Amino acid sequence: MTRLAVPDRTRALVRREHRVARVLGLLALVVAWEAVTRTGWVPALFLPSPLGVLAAGAEMLGTGELAVHLATSLRRIVLGFGLGALGGVSVGLAVGVFSLAEAIGNPLIAATFPIPKIALLPLLILWLGIGEASKVAVIMLGVFFPMAINTYTGVRQADPLLIRAAVSFGAGRWSVIRKVMLPSALPMIFAGLKLGAGTSLLLLVAAEMIAASSGIGFLILNAQNLMETTKLMVGIVLLSLLGLASHWLLVRLERAALPWRAQA
Amino acid sequence: MRVLVDEVSKVYADRGGHPVEALAGVTFTVEAEELVAVVGPSGCGKSTLLNMVAGLLPPSAGLIAFEGALAPGRPPTAMVFQEFALFPWRTVQANVELGLEEAGRPAAERHAIARRFIDLTGLGGFERKYPHQLSGGMRQRVGIARALAVDPAVLLMDEPFSALDAQTRQLMQEELLAIWERTRKTILYVTHNIHEAVWMADRVVVLSRRPGRVLDIVPVELKRPRTEAMAAAPALLQAVERIWALIKSQAREALREGAA
Repeated sequence: MTRLAVPDRTRALVRREHRVARVLGLLALVVAWEAVTRTGWVPALFLPSPLGVLAAGAEMLGTGELAVHLATSLRRIVLGFGLGALGGVSVGLAVGVFSLAEAIGNPLIAATFPIPKIALLPLLILWLGIGEASKVAVIMLGVFFPMAINTYTGVRQADPLLIRAAVSFGAGRWSVIRKVMLPSALPMIFAGLKLGAGTSLLLLVAAEMIAASSGIGFLILNAQNLMETTKLMVGIVLLSLLGLASHWLLVRLERAALPWRAQA
Repeated sequence: MRVLVDEVSKVYADRGGHPVEALAGVTFTVEAEELVAVVGPSGCGKSTLLNMVAGLLPPSAGLIAFEGALAPGRPPTAMVFQEFALFPWRTVQANVELGLEEAGRPAAERHAIARRFIDLTGLGGFERKYPHQLSGGMRQRVGIARALAVDPAVLLMDEPFSALDAQTRQLMQEELLAIWERTRKTILYVTHNIHEAVWMADRVVVLSRRPGRVLDIVPVELKRPRTEAMAAAPALLQAVERIWALIKSQAREALREGAA
Protein backbone atom coordinates (compact mmCIF):
# COMPACT_ATOMS: atom_id res chain seq x y z
CA MET A 1 0.00 0.00 0.00
CA THR A 2 1.36 3.44 -0.84
CA ARG A 3 1.44 6.08 1.78
CA LEU A 4 0.89 9.77 1.09
CA ALA A 5 1.95 12.22 3.79
CA VAL A 6 -0.35 15.26 3.96
CA PRO A 7 1.58 18.32 2.82
CA ASP A 8 1.21 21.70 4.52
CA ARG A 9 -0.73 23.62 1.90
CA THR A 10 -0.52 26.97 3.69
CA ARG A 11 3.26 27.23 3.36
CA ALA A 12 3.08 29.65 0.44
CA LEU A 13 0.92 31.98 2.53
CA VAL A 14 3.29 32.44 5.45
CA ARG A 15 4.42 36.05 5.89
CA ARG A 16 7.80 36.51 7.51
CA GLU A 17 8.86 39.59 9.42
CA HIS A 18 12.15 40.28 7.58
CA ARG A 19 13.53 42.45 10.35
CA VAL A 20 16.91 42.97 8.74
CA ALA A 21 15.39 43.98 5.42
CA ARG A 22 13.36 46.69 7.14
CA VAL A 23 16.49 48.45 8.43
CA LEU A 24 18.58 47.71 5.37
CA GLY A 25 16.08 49.25 2.97
CA LEU A 26 16.12 52.55 4.81
CA LEU A 27 19.87 52.50 5.23
CA ALA A 28 20.42 51.71 1.54
CA LEU A 29 18.35 54.72 0.51
CA VAL A 30 20.45 57.11 2.61
CA VAL A 31 23.72 55.55 1.49
CA ALA A 32 22.68 55.71 -2.18
CA TRP A 33 21.63 59.33 -1.72
CA GLU A 34 24.98 60.22 -0.12
CA ALA A 35 26.84 58.34 -2.87
CA VAL A 36 25.00 60.16 -5.65
CA THR A 37 25.80 63.58 -4.13
CA ARG A 38 29.50 62.59 -3.66
CA THR A 39 29.95 61.73 -7.34
CA GLY A 40 28.97 65.25 -8.28
CA TRP A 41 26.47 64.12 -10.92
CA VAL A 42 23.80 66.16 -9.23
CA PRO A 43 24.72 69.68 -8.06
CA ALA A 44 24.29 70.24 -4.30
CA LEU A 45 21.92 73.07 -5.12
CA PHE A 46 19.38 70.54 -6.35
CA LEU A 47 20.18 67.69 -4.00
CA PRO A 48 22.26 68.35 -0.90
CA SER A 49 23.91 65.33 0.75
CA PRO A 50 22.36 63.70 3.81
CA LEU A 51 25.48 64.47 5.86
CA GLY A 52 25.33 68.06 4.70
CA VAL A 53 21.71 68.32 5.79
CA LEU A 54 22.65 66.83 9.15
CA ALA A 55 25.48 69.34 9.55
CA ALA A 56 23.23 72.25 8.60
CA GLY A 57 20.63 71.03 11.05
CA ALA A 58 23.20 70.85 13.84
CA GLU A 59 24.41 74.35 13.03
CA MET A 60 20.87 75.76 13.03
CA LEU A 61 20.29 74.04 16.32
CA GLY A 62 23.42 75.73 17.67
CA THR A 63 22.41 79.23 16.58
CA GLY A 64 18.93 78.73 17.99
CA GLU A 65 17.32 79.28 14.58
CA LEU A 66 15.82 75.81 14.55
CA ALA A 67 14.34 76.16 18.01
CA VAL A 68 12.55 79.40 17.09
CA HIS A 69 10.89 77.91 14.02
CA LEU A 70 10.07 74.65 15.75
CA ALA A 71 8.58 76.35 18.81
CA THR A 72 6.41 78.65 16.67
CA SER A 73 5.13 75.75 14.56
CA LEU A 74 4.56 73.53 17.57
CA ARG A 75 2.54 76.20 19.34
CA ARG A 76 0.31 76.66 16.29
CA ILE A 77 -0.17 72.97 15.72
CA VAL A 78 -0.79 72.04 19.35
CA LEU A 79 -3.29 74.85 19.79
CA GLY A 80 -5.08 74.21 16.49
CA PHE A 81 -5.05 70.45 16.86
CA GLY A 82 -6.19 70.57 20.50
CA LEU A 83 -9.05 72.99 19.90
CA GLY A 84 -10.13 71.23 16.71
CA ALA A 85 -10.10 67.79 18.34
CA LEU A 86 -11.98 69.03 21.40
CA GLY A 87 -14.61 70.75 19.25
CA GLY A 88 -14.88 67.82 16.87
CA VAL A 89 -15.36 65.24 19.61
CA SER A 90 -17.96 67.40 21.38
CA VAL A 91 -19.95 68.08 18.22
CA GLY A 92 -19.61 64.46 17.07
CA LEU A 93 -20.88 63.22 20.44
CA ALA A 94 -23.81 65.63 20.44
CA VAL A 95 -24.78 64.76 16.85
CA GLY A 96 -24.43 61.04 17.61
CA VAL A 97 -26.48 61.12 20.80
CA PHE A 98 -29.22 63.69 20.32
CA SER A 99 -31.61 63.32 17.41
CA LEU A 100 -32.22 67.09 17.23
CA ALA A 101 -28.48 67.78 17.03
CA GLU A 102 -28.24 65.11 14.35
CA ALA A 103 -31.05 66.70 12.33
CA ILE A 104 -29.37 70.11 12.47
CA GLY A 105 -25.71 69.11 12.48
CA ASN A 106 -25.55 66.38 9.87
CA PRO A 107 -26.54 68.46 6.81
CA LEU A 108 -24.31 71.32 8.01
CA ILE A 109 -21.30 69.04 8.33
CA ALA A 110 -22.06 67.34 5.02
CA ALA A 111 -22.21 70.73 3.28
CA THR A 112 -19.03 72.24 4.77
CA PHE A 113 -16.85 69.14 5.06
CA PRO A 114 -15.85 68.90 1.35
CA ILE A 115 -14.40 72.46 1.27
CA PRO A 116 -10.59 72.22 1.16
CA LYS A 117 -9.72 74.05 4.35
CA ILE A 118 -6.73 75.80 2.83
CA ALA A 119 -9.16 77.69 0.55
CA LEU A 120 -10.59 79.28 3.66
CA LEU A 121 -7.25 80.70 4.77
CA PRO A 122 -7.57 84.00 2.84
CA LEU A 123 -10.99 84.47 4.37
CA LEU A 124 -9.68 83.62 7.82
CA ILE A 125 -6.83 86.12 7.39
CA LEU A 126 -9.40 88.74 6.42
CA TRP A 127 -11.45 87.99 9.51
CA LEU A 128 -8.77 87.22 12.10
CA GLY A 129 -5.76 89.15 10.76
CA ILE A 130 -2.44 87.90 9.52
CA GLY A 131 -1.23 86.85 13.00
CA GLU A 132 -1.46 83.60 14.91
CA ALA A 133 -5.26 83.38 15.09
CA SER A 134 -5.82 82.70 11.38
CA LYS A 135 -3.16 79.96 11.31
CA VAL A 136 -4.51 78.25 14.41
CA ALA A 137 -8.04 78.58 13.02
CA VAL A 138 -7.27 76.87 9.71
CA ILE A 139 -5.59 73.93 11.50
CA MET A 140 -8.52 73.78 13.90
CA LEU A 141 -10.99 73.53 11.02
CA GLY A 142 -8.91 70.84 9.34
CA VAL A 143 -8.91 68.71 12.47
CA PHE A 144 -12.49 69.45 13.46
CA PHE A 145 -14.16 67.66 10.56
CA PRO A 146 -12.48 64.26 10.67
CA MET A 147 -12.87 64.28 14.45
CA ALA A 148 -16.57 65.18 14.35
CA ILE A 149 -17.34 62.63 11.64
CA ASN A 150 -15.33 59.84 13.27
CA THR A 151 -16.79 60.47 16.71
CA TYR A 152 -20.29 60.51 15.28
CA THR A 153 -19.69 57.24 13.44
CA GLY A 154 -18.18 55.68 16.56
CA VAL A 155 -21.14 56.68 18.71
CA ARG A 156 -23.63 55.34 16.18
CA GLN A 157 -21.75 52.04 16.12
CA ALA A 158 -22.24 51.51 19.85
CA ASP A 159 -23.73 48.04 20.40
CA PRO A 160 -27.49 48.40 21.11
CA LEU A 161 -27.24 45.32 23.32
CA LEU A 162 -24.76 47.09 25.63
CA ILE A 163 -26.99 50.15 25.73
CA ARG A 164 -29.92 47.92 26.70
CA ALA A 165 -27.81 46.18 29.32
CA ALA A 166 -26.76 49.53 30.81
CA VAL A 167 -30.37 50.72 30.88
CA SER A 168 -31.50 47.46 32.50
CA PHE A 169 -29.05 48.17 35.32
CA GLY A 170 -30.52 51.61 35.88
CA ALA A 171 -28.31 53.78 33.64
CA GLY A 172 -29.79 57.11 32.61
CA ARG A 173 -28.98 58.98 29.43
CA TRP A 174 -25.81 60.59 30.79
CA SER A 175 -24.56 57.28 32.13
CA VAL A 176 -25.18 55.59 28.78
CA ILE A 177 -23.21 58.33 26.99
CA ARG A 178 -20.31 58.15 29.43
CA LYS A 179 -20.16 54.40 30.00
CA VAL A 180 -21.24 52.95 26.65
CA MET A 181 -21.19 55.44 23.79
CA LEU A 182 -17.93 57.23 24.56
CA PRO A 183 -15.88 54.06 25.14
CA SER A 184 -17.46 52.52 22.02
CA ALA A 185 -16.39 55.56 20.00
CA LEU A 186 -12.82 55.68 21.36
CA PRO A 187 -11.22 53.51 18.64
CA MET A 188 -12.83 55.70 15.97
CA ILE A 189 -11.80 58.84 17.87
CA PHE A 190 -8.18 57.69 17.84
CA ALA A 191 -8.40 56.89 14.13
CA GLY A 192 -9.65 60.47 13.68
CA LEU A 193 -6.79 61.87 15.77
CA LYS A 194 -4.22 60.11 13.57
CA LEU A 195 -5.95 61.40 10.46
CA GLY A 196 -6.17 64.90 11.96
CA ALA A 197 -2.47 64.89 12.88
CA GLY A 198 -1.54 64.47 9.22
CA THR A 199 -4.01 67.12 8.11
CA SER A 200 -2.81 69.61 10.68
CA LEU A 201 0.81 69.24 9.56
CA LEU A 202 -0.25 69.89 5.98
CA LEU A 203 -2.28 72.96 6.89
CA LEU A 204 0.46 74.27 9.18
CA VAL A 205 3.00 74.31 6.36
CA ALA A 206 0.53 75.79 3.89
CA ALA A 207 -0.47 78.57 6.27
CA GLU A 208 3.16 79.33 7.11
CA MET A 209 4.06 79.51 3.44
CA ILE A 210 1.27 81.97 2.70
CA ALA A 211 1.74 84.45 5.49
CA ALA A 212 4.33 84.03 8.22
CA SER A 213 7.71 85.25 9.34
CA SER A 214 8.63 82.15 11.33
CA GLY A 215 7.78 78.49 11.51
CA ILE A 216 8.89 75.45 9.54
CA GLY A 217 6.81 76.32 6.49
CA PHE A 218 8.39 79.78 6.42
CA LEU A 219 11.83 78.21 6.87
CA ILE A 220 11.34 76.01 3.81
CA LEU A 221 9.97 78.75 1.55
CA ASN A 222 12.54 81.28 2.71
CA ALA A 223 15.40 78.82 2.15
CA GLN A 224 14.15 78.23 -1.36
CA ASN A 225 14.07 81.96 -2.08
CA LEU A 226 17.67 82.25 -0.90
CA MET A 227 18.70 79.09 -2.83
CA GLU A 228 19.73 77.47 0.46
CA THR A 229 18.63 73.98 -0.50
CA THR A 230 20.36 72.37 2.47
CA LYS A 231 18.28 74.46 4.90
CA LEU A 232 15.19 73.62 2.87
CA MET A 233 15.93 69.93 3.35
CA VAL A 234 16.41 70.49 7.08
CA GLY A 235 12.86 71.83 7.16
CA ILE A 236 11.52 68.82 5.28
CA VAL A 237 13.34 66.35 7.53
CA LEU A 238 12.00 68.23 10.52
CA LEU A 239 8.43 67.87 9.20
CA SER A 240 8.92 64.18 8.65
CA LEU A 241 10.22 63.79 12.21
CA LEU A 242 7.28 65.81 13.51
CA GLY A 243 4.88 63.51 11.68
CA LEU A 244 6.60 60.41 13.03
CA ALA A 245 6.65 61.80 16.56
CA SER A 246 2.96 62.73 16.56
CA HIS A 247 2.01 59.30 15.25
CA TRP A 248 4.17 57.56 17.83
CA LEU A 249 2.65 59.69 20.59
CA LEU A 250 -0.90 58.93 19.44
CA VAL A 251 -0.23 55.19 19.24
CA ARG A 252 1.15 55.23 22.79
CA LEU A 253 -1.82 57.27 23.97
CA GLU A 254 -4.20 54.87 22.24
CA ARG A 255 -2.62 51.85 23.94
CA ALA A 256 -2.92 53.54 27.31
CA ALA A 257 -6.53 54.59 26.72
CA LEU A 258 -7.72 51.30 25.22
CA PRO A 259 -6.09 48.63 27.41
CA TRP A 260 -8.85 46.15 26.55
CA ARG A 261 -7.75 46.15 22.93
CA ALA A 262 -4.21 45.09 23.73
CA GLN A 263 -3.51 41.53 22.65
CA ALA A 264 -3.65 39.27 25.65
CA MET B 1 -41.53 39.19 45.55
CA ARG B 2 -44.18 37.90 43.19
CA VAL B 3 -44.31 38.64 39.46
CA LEU B 4 -47.72 39.04 37.89
CA VAL B 5 -48.11 38.76 34.12
CA ASP B 6 -51.74 39.41 33.29
CA GLU B 7 -53.24 39.17 29.79
CA VAL B 8 -50.11 40.63 28.25
CA SER B 9 -49.97 41.16 24.48
CA LYS B 10 -47.30 42.65 22.30
CA VAL B 11 -47.70 43.95 18.77
CA TYR B 12 -44.82 45.57 16.98
CA ALA B 13 -44.29 46.91 13.47
CA ASP B 14 -41.96 44.97 11.18
CA ARG B 15 -39.63 46.67 8.70
CA GLY B 16 -42.42 47.19 6.21
CA GLY B 17 -44.54 48.81 8.91
CA HIS B 18 -46.94 45.87 9.12
CA PRO B 19 -48.13 44.93 12.58
CA VAL B 20 -46.77 41.64 13.90
CA GLU B 21 -48.38 40.01 16.91
CA ALA B 22 -45.59 38.60 19.10
CA LEU B 23 -47.57 37.68 22.22
CA ALA B 24 -51.31 37.30 22.76
CA GLY B 25 -52.96 37.34 26.17
CA VAL B 26 -50.17 35.73 28.19
CA THR B 27 -51.01 35.16 31.85
CA PHE B 28 -48.92 33.52 34.57
CA THR B 29 -47.27 34.30 37.88
CA VAL B 30 -43.89 33.73 39.43
CA GLU B 31 -44.18 33.23 43.18
CA ALA B 32 -41.53 34.45 45.62
CA GLU B 33 -38.46 32.18 45.70
CA GLU B 34 -39.79 30.24 42.76
CA LEU B 35 -37.84 29.34 39.63
CA VAL B 36 -40.15 29.49 36.64
CA ALA B 37 -38.96 28.61 33.16
CA VAL B 38 -40.57 29.77 29.93
CA VAL B 39 -40.12 27.49 26.91
CA GLY B 40 -41.43 27.69 23.40
CA PRO B 41 -40.41 27.25 19.77
CA SER B 42 -38.19 29.88 18.21
CA GLY B 43 -40.03 33.10 17.50
CA CYS B 44 -42.63 32.56 20.22
CA GLY B 45 -41.84 35.89 21.86
CA LYS B 46 -40.23 34.53 25.00
CA SER B 47 -37.39 37.04 24.92
CA THR B 48 -39.91 39.78 24.22
CA LEU B 49 -41.75 38.68 27.34
CA LEU B 50 -38.61 38.86 29.45
CA ASN B 51 -37.70 42.29 28.10
CA MET B 52 -41.15 43.53 29.05
CA VAL B 53 -40.73 42.23 32.62
CA ALA B 54 -37.36 44.03 32.72
CA GLY B 55 -39.01 47.29 31.64
CA LEU B 56 -37.00 47.41 28.41
CA LEU B 57 -40.09 47.09 26.22
CA PRO B 58 -43.63 48.31 26.94
CA PRO B 59 -46.48 45.79 26.53
CA SER B 60 -49.15 46.68 23.97
CA ALA B 61 -51.91 45.46 26.28
CA GLY B 62 -52.21 43.85 29.68
CA LEU B 63 -50.35 44.37 32.94
CA ILE B 64 -46.98 43.36 34.31
CA ALA B 65 -46.59 44.04 38.02
CA PHE B 66 -44.60 43.09 41.09
CA GLU B 67 -46.37 42.28 44.34
CA GLY B 68 -44.71 42.54 47.71
CA ALA B 69 -42.52 44.94 49.63
CA LEU B 70 -39.27 46.03 48.06
CA ALA B 71 -36.49 47.34 50.29
CA PRO B 72 -35.31 50.81 49.23
CA GLY B 73 -32.29 50.78 46.90
CA ARG B 74 -33.09 47.27 45.71
CA PRO B 75 -34.07 46.99 42.04
CA PRO B 76 -37.07 44.80 41.19
CA THR B 77 -35.22 43.00 38.37
CA ALA B 78 -31.80 42.37 36.93
CA MET B 79 -31.13 40.60 33.65
CA VAL B 80 -28.65 37.99 32.48
CA PHE B 81 -28.31 38.21 28.69
CA GLN B 82 -27.91 35.41 26.18
CA GLU B 83 -24.99 37.20 24.46
CA PHE B 84 -23.54 38.14 27.89
CA ALA B 85 -23.61 41.89 27.09
CA LEU B 86 -20.42 42.57 29.04
CA PHE B 87 -18.60 45.87 28.55
CA PRO B 88 -15.40 44.98 26.68
CA TRP B 89 -13.59 48.02 28.11
CA ARG B 90 -14.29 47.02 31.71
CA THR B 91 -12.48 44.42 33.75
CA VAL B 92 -14.43 41.60 35.39
CA GLN B 93 -14.49 43.61 38.63
CA ALA B 94 -15.73 46.79 36.91
CA ASN B 95 -18.35 44.87 34.93
CA VAL B 96 -19.77 43.37 38.12
CA GLU B 97 -19.82 46.82 39.73
CA LEU B 98 -21.87 48.39 36.92
CA GLY B 99 -25.30 48.06 38.51
CA LEU B 100 -23.96 49.13 41.91
CA GLU B 101 -22.53 52.30 40.33
CA GLU B 102 -25.90 53.15 38.85
CA ALA B 103 -27.47 52.56 42.28
CA GLY B 104 -25.10 55.19 43.67
CA ARG B 105 -23.25 52.91 46.10
CA PRO B 106 -19.94 54.25 47.44
CA ALA B 107 -16.77 52.82 45.88
CA ALA B 108 -15.60 50.77 48.86
CA GLU B 109 -19.01 49.14 49.26
CA ARG B 110 -19.20 48.41 45.51
CA HIS B 111 -15.84 46.80 45.65
CA ALA B 112 -16.70 44.55 48.57
CA ILE B 113 -20.07 43.48 47.15
CA ALA B 114 -18.59 42.77 43.72
CA ARG B 115 -15.85 40.70 45.34
CA ARG B 116 -18.43 38.59 47.15
CA PHE B 117 -20.31 37.74 43.96
CA ILE B 118 -17.11 37.22 41.99
CA ASP B 119 -16.19 34.56 44.55
CA LEU B 120 -19.71 33.09 44.57
CA THR B 121 -19.68 32.62 40.81
CA GLY B 122 -16.20 31.09 40.80
CA LEU B 123 -14.47 34.07 39.20
CA GLY B 124 -11.90 34.56 41.97
CA GLY B 125 -8.51 35.47 40.51
CA PHE B 126 -10.02 36.84 37.29
CA GLU B 127 -10.99 40.27 38.67
CA ARG B 128 -8.57 42.20 36.47
CA LYS B 129 -9.16 40.29 33.25
CA TYR B 130 -11.09 41.79 30.37
CA PRO B 131 -14.05 39.86 28.88
CA HIS B 132 -12.17 39.00 25.68
CA GLN B 133 -9.62 37.15 27.80
CA LEU B 134 -12.30 34.82 29.20
CA SER B 135 -14.03 31.73 27.84
CA GLY B 136 -17.77 31.80 27.13
CA GLY B 137 -18.61 30.05 30.39
CA MET B 138 -16.51 32.49 32.40
CA ARG B 139 -18.09 35.44 30.62
CA GLN B 140 -21.56 34.31 31.55
CA ARG B 141 -20.41 33.91 35.16
CA VAL B 142 -19.58 37.61 35.01
CA GLY B 143 -23.07 38.26 33.62
CA ILE B 144 -24.60 36.33 36.51
CA ALA B 145 -22.39 38.00 39.14
CA ARG B 146 -23.28 41.42 37.71
CA ALA B 147 -27.00 40.65 38.00
CA LEU B 148 -26.79 39.11 41.48
CA ALA B 149 -24.63 41.98 42.80
CA VAL B 150 -27.50 44.47 42.69
CA ASP B 151 -29.58 42.04 44.79
CA PRO B 152 -32.65 42.16 42.53
CA ALA B 153 -36.00 40.93 43.81
CA VAL B 154 -36.37 38.92 40.60
CA LEU B 155 -33.55 37.55 38.47
CA LEU B 156 -34.37 37.47 34.74
CA MET B 157 -32.38 35.08 32.58
CA ASP B 158 -32.66 35.17 28.79
CA GLU B 159 -31.32 31.86 27.44
CA PRO B 160 -28.23 32.44 29.56
CA PHE B 161 -26.41 29.25 28.58
CA SER B 162 -27.49 28.73 24.97
CA ALA B 163 -24.31 30.30 23.59
CA LEU B 164 -22.18 27.79 25.52
CA ASP B 165 -21.05 24.33 24.50
CA ALA B 166 -23.01 21.37 25.88
CA GLN B 167 -20.57 20.41 28.65
CA THR B 168 -20.08 23.95 29.88
CA ARG B 169 -23.83 24.45 29.79
CA GLN B 170 -24.46 21.47 32.04
CA LEU B 171 -21.87 22.62 34.56
CA MET B 172 -23.27 26.14 34.56
CA GLN B 173 -26.81 24.82 35.12
CA GLU B 174 -25.62 22.91 38.16
CA GLU B 175 -23.77 25.94 39.48
CA LEU B 176 -26.76 28.19 38.97
CA LEU B 177 -28.95 25.73 40.90
CA ALA B 178 -26.37 25.70 43.70
CA ILE B 179 -26.40 29.49 43.78
CA TRP B 180 -30.20 29.43 43.79
CA GLU B 181 -30.18 27.04 46.78
CA ARG B 182 -28.05 29.55 48.66
CA THR B 183 -29.76 32.79 47.65
CA ARG B 184 -33.35 31.60 47.00
CA LYS B 185 -33.84 34.25 44.37
CA THR B 186 -37.07 34.48 42.45
CA ILE B 187 -36.01 33.56 38.92
CA LEU B 188 -37.75 33.85 35.57
CA TYR B 189 -35.77 31.76 33.13
CA VAL B 190 -36.30 31.75 29.36
CA THR B 191 -34.94 28.87 27.29
CA HIS B 192 -35.70 26.86 24.17
CA ASN B 193 -34.22 23.76 25.78
CA ILE B 194 -37.05 21.68 27.31
CA HIS B 195 -34.74 19.43 29.29
CA GLU B 196 -32.97 22.45 30.77
CA ALA B 197 -36.31 24.06 31.66
CA VAL B 198 -37.57 20.97 33.49
CA TRP B 199 -34.26 20.29 35.20
CA MET B 200 -34.02 23.82 36.61
CA ALA B 201 -37.58 24.96 37.22
CA ASP B 202 -40.39 24.50 39.71
CA ARG B 203 -42.90 25.20 36.98
CA VAL B 204 -42.57 25.48 33.20
CA VAL B 205 -44.68 27.91 31.19
CA VAL B 206 -45.09 26.51 27.68
CA LEU B 207 -45.67 29.07 24.94
CA SER B 208 -47.07 28.46 21.46
CA ARG B 209 -45.48 29.78 18.31
CA ARG B 210 -46.21 33.31 17.19
CA PRO B 211 -48.31 34.88 18.46
CA GLY B 212 -47.15 33.36 21.74
CA ARG B 213 -49.94 32.06 23.96
CA VAL B 214 -49.69 29.95 27.10
CA LEU B 215 -50.29 26.36 25.99
CA ASP B 216 -49.90 24.98 29.48
CA ILE B 217 -48.13 25.49 32.77
CA VAL B 218 -46.38 22.27 33.77
CA PRO B 219 -45.33 21.73 37.39
CA VAL B 220 -42.12 19.75 37.92
CA GLU B 221 -42.58 17.28 40.79
CA LEU B 222 -38.90 16.89 41.48
CA LYS B 223 -37.26 17.37 44.87
CA ARG B 224 -34.62 19.96 45.58
CA PRO B 225 -31.74 20.16 45.64
CA ARG B 226 -31.65 18.63 42.20
CA THR B 227 -28.84 16.16 41.71
CA GLU B 228 -27.30 14.48 38.68
CA ALA B 229 -28.96 11.22 39.75
CA MET B 230 -32.35 12.78 38.95
CA ALA B 231 -31.45 13.19 35.27
CA ALA B 232 -33.35 9.98 34.52
CA ALA B 233 -36.08 10.38 37.16
CA PRO B 234 -39.56 9.45 35.89
CA ALA B 235 -41.02 12.78 37.03
CA LEU B 236 -38.44 14.64 34.96
CA LEU B 237 -38.89 12.51 31.86
CA GLN B 238 -42.67 12.70 32.08
CA ALA B 239 -42.59 16.48 32.27
CA VAL B 240 -40.17 16.66 29.32
CA GLU B 241 -42.41 14.38 27.27
CA ARG B 242 -45.52 16.30 28.14
CA ILE B 243 -43.93 19.60 27.08
CA TRP B 244 -42.41 18.15 23.91
CA ALA B 245 -45.85 16.81 22.94
CA LEU B 246 -47.23 20.33 23.31
CA ILE B 247 -44.46 21.99 21.32
CA LYS B 248 -43.69 19.37 18.64
CA SER B 249 -46.26 20.29 16.03
CA GLN B 250 -45.66 23.98 16.69
CA ALA B 251 -41.93 23.63 16.19
CA ARG B 252 -42.48 21.66 13.00
CA GLU B 253 -44.68 24.38 11.56
CA ALA B 254 -42.16 27.02 12.55
CA LEU B 255 -39.44 25.03 10.81
CA ARG B 256 -41.52 24.75 7.63
CA GLU B 257 -42.07 28.48 7.55
CA GLY B 258 -38.37 29.05 7.94
CA ALA B 259 -39.04 30.57 11.35
CA ALA B 260 -39.17 33.96 9.66
